[in-house]
Amino acid sequence: MSEQDHGHIEEHIKVYLTVFGALGVLTVLTVAASYLDISTTEAIFLALAIATVKASLVAGYFMHLITERHTIIWILCLTFFFFLVCMFLPLITYTDHTSL
Amino acid sequence: MSQDSHHEENFIQKYIFSVDHKIIGLQYGITSLLFLLFGFMLMMVMRWQLAYPETVVPIVGSLLGETGILLPEIYNSLGAMHGTIMIFLGIVPLAVGAFGNYFVPLQIGAPDMAFPKLNAASYWSYFVGGVIMISSFFMPEGAARSGWTSYPPLSIFESGQTIWLISMIFLITSSLLGSMNIIVTIVQLRAPGLSWFRLPFFVWAQFVTSFLLVLAFPPLEAAAVLQLMDRVASTSFFLPSGLVYAGNTVDVSGGGSPLLWQHLFWFLAHPEVYVLILPAMGIVGEVIANNTRKPLWGYRSMIYATVFLGFMSFIVWAHHMFLTGMGQAMSAFFQTTTMIISIPSVVILTSFFLSLWGGSIRFNTPMLFALAFLPMFGIGGLTGLPLGIGAADIHLHDTYYVIGHFHYVVAPGTIFALFAGIYYWFPKMTGKKLSEGLGKLHFWPSLIFMNGIFMPMFIQGLAGVSRRMYDGGQLYAHAQDVLQWNEFMSISAFCLGLAQIPFILNVFITIFSGDKVDRNPWGSTTIEWSAPSPPLPHANFEGPVKVYRDPYEYSVPGAEKDFTPQTEK
Amino acid sequence: MQIPYTTEERPDTGLTNSKLGIWVFLASEIMLFGGLFSAYVFLRLAAPEGDFAYWGSKLNVPLATLNTLVLISSSMTVIMSWASLKMKDFKKYKLYMGLTLLFSLIFLCIKYVEYTSKFDHGYFPSSSTFLAIYFTLTGLHGLHILGGIIVMTYFWLPIGNKMWHTEPEHFTDRIEIAGLYWHFVDLVWIFLFPILYLL
Repeated sequence: MSEQDHGHIEEHIKVYLTVFGALGVLTVLTVAASYLDISTTEAIFLALAIATVKASLVAGYFMHLITERHTIIWILCLTFFFFLVCMFLPLITYTDHTSL
Repeated sequence: MSQDSHHEENFIQKYIFSVDHKIIGLQYGITSLLFLLFGFMLMMVMRWQLAYPETVVPIVGSLLGETGILLPEIYNSLGAMHGTIMIFLGIVPLAVGAFGNYFVPLQIGAPDMAFPKLNAASYWSYFVGGVIMISSFFMPEGAARSGWTSYPPLSIFESGQTIWLISMIFLITSSLLGSMNIIVTIVQLRAPGLSWFRLPFFVWAQFVTSFLLVLAFPPLEAAAVLQLMDRVASTSFFLPSGLVYAGNTVDVSGGGSPLLWQHLFWFLAHPEVYVLILPAMGIVGEVIANNTRKPLWGYRSMIYATVFLGFMSFIVWAHHMFLTGMGQAMSAFFQTTTMIISIPSVVILTSFFLSLWGGSIRFNTPMLFALAFLPMFGIGGLTGLPLGIGAADIHLHDTYYVIGHFHYVVAPGTIFALFAGIYYWFPKMTGKKLSEGLGKLHFWPSLIFMNGIFMPMFIQGLAGVSRRMYDGGQLYAHAQDVLQWNEFMSISAFCLGLAQIPFILNVFITIFSGDKVDRNPWGSTTIEWSAPSPPLPHANFEGPVKVYRDPYEYSVPGAEKDFTPQTEK
Repeated sequence: MQIPYTTEERPDTGLTNSKLGIWVFLASEIMLFGGLFSAYVFLRLAAPEGDFAYWGSKLNVPLATLNTLVLISSSMTVIMSWASLKMKDFKKYKLYMGLTLLFSLIFLCIKYVEYTSKFDHGYFPSSSTFLAIYFTLTGLHGLHILGGIIVMTYFWLPIGNKMWHTEPEHFTDRIEIAGLYWHFVDLVWIFLFPILYLL
């Protein structure tokens, strides 16, 4: 991060405060959503969706990913791809078992 | 974090807890070579039992209990520890920790790694992990004996696994820190003018290897924690409900899955085998270019192949699990990816072969090892193909065929390449060249006896002899015709051990009474050869490094010498 | 000889060594927790219908919700501590870093309360696969929190913060890196919370 002057930082702080507020609201929403009368699959999707939004806010603004260099973004995309592989391939292999 | 060159360091700072990548590289090198020797000796005891079953083991028999005969549990321990030590305490620390640490900064013209203190921390984490691993032999429970693969449920109930798991956590941490360091070093510390496609192939190989380590090791670390919990906290991550062990129903909550371990383990362990081979291919590339006096054929294709190989290595792992009741769809998926991943290896090997064409080949010791690597890795790779096809794997899985396959790739494959690296880079590390005579005395018997040990394994495996059997297959009718190979293989193994003596002598004699050579005795183009031998503490080079050329400008038409260094305008 | 690009960015990559280093490290951490999440999913699929939901209902949602808000607050204060350094306000930095440490200690205390109440009711990792993965996931996460606390305490106390007086840019950079680690730990919890407590 190159040198920022005071005013620039204060702009950033406004953003941080907004994100903080949003995170608080989303947390409450997450808990509220768990009381909804929906199927397990829908509940999983909803919970993960809200969590993803929260995570994106933290990653994008607190961790500055929104302005980060492409090298870092690429490394993270690669990692995320392998994360999905690690999550889903064992699962699919398990559900695709032969009936012996 | 910078070391002032005027600062006087005491002995401890300079040699024990040094943050200089060269010292750390040597620490990794010496430690790993000692572990390799130890792992080799474990194997020799096993091979005695296989050749001369139920007889007293010479020399070490007294350590094996009252009778001096190798007991089945100890045989299993030796097997599990041989694999673990050779892979995690031997090859990876040597290939990545030693060669990577020592030569990556030098080949990119950097004064050190990006994070010198972290570098020291990764070595010491490895050292502690290694001590813990070896200490397991002296613990009441004994050493691990459930294979280097540590499959549950056996590994949850068998002795020795707890220490193994704790040690693995230290070793994995060491690898993670080390590979992170290598990635940052290569990206950030390349000298001015050293663009990506001017990097020596060795550096690219280390770069991809480090990505494999950084992204593939953590799931195994997670799995090791889970297995530790199963052993110590009575959880049942990997234990199914209703499991009966040794006649008793196991008293745990159940609901776990042994397959979960296999998935998490092989998610690492498959990329791990590419970690074992890529630095070796990198070294072979350097030695071949140098000793043919021409650039590597297909340099760019090799780089793309290496990157593609690294990427693919994450999606083939279940070819180790074809016999676990996998459905057709997933089996087809993993067979397909496995077949595809053989392509980049072929591209790299073919490029090496084509690099020889029209070259002025110098048959010095490093080149002999590098040349031998090619057909040996070829055999290893080709024998992997039937294993990657589900139908053939049904017959070959867990037989000696598999052992033959992977040993060909790692033993006369990687280890030969690492020897090539030691002979090639010895003058840079010490200022002295190893003797060619002793080198050839090391090389030729090693080549012969490597084949003597591992070729018959294909014969035994095709006959159906299973691996990890204490009696080498004696009880089985289908093994009777091929049992006679056991003695032949064991004698070859003992002779292979003897063949390493010229190498050990060579190292000591050269260090203590060899003649000094100039800083670039092989006439090489890459940047490390422009530093003094050994390179300057903490700074490596005498001045700032600037790069003007591609890595292998040998035999440039019109040049005065048959090589033009990268740092020369 | 100095190692280049420790505080200034390398022109062609636009990164400092530490920035790239921490992100590569965080990538490995994503895979670490990924392995554990993969285990969770696998085990849930293999478990009898409703088994995980039953055991999940034993967890204390209000306490965990409070903990979530505590951790998010600590994320806020850690970035404020970095912003304070950017504005050359050392006193504010110490205040915000101190608050971060306070919040993280509160998090660990609440976790301690949660764990001990489980043990008191006879709920151990060995009681069920759900509890096993719950304790392991939150335990490993807790160890990461502890690691973060140790590092941030070092930077809060004179032993670590004295670098501000000699190399302020380098020190600010270090706080940014520590903050990135801390945000990651928060990120993991953002997923842990709904997955373990609410689903």
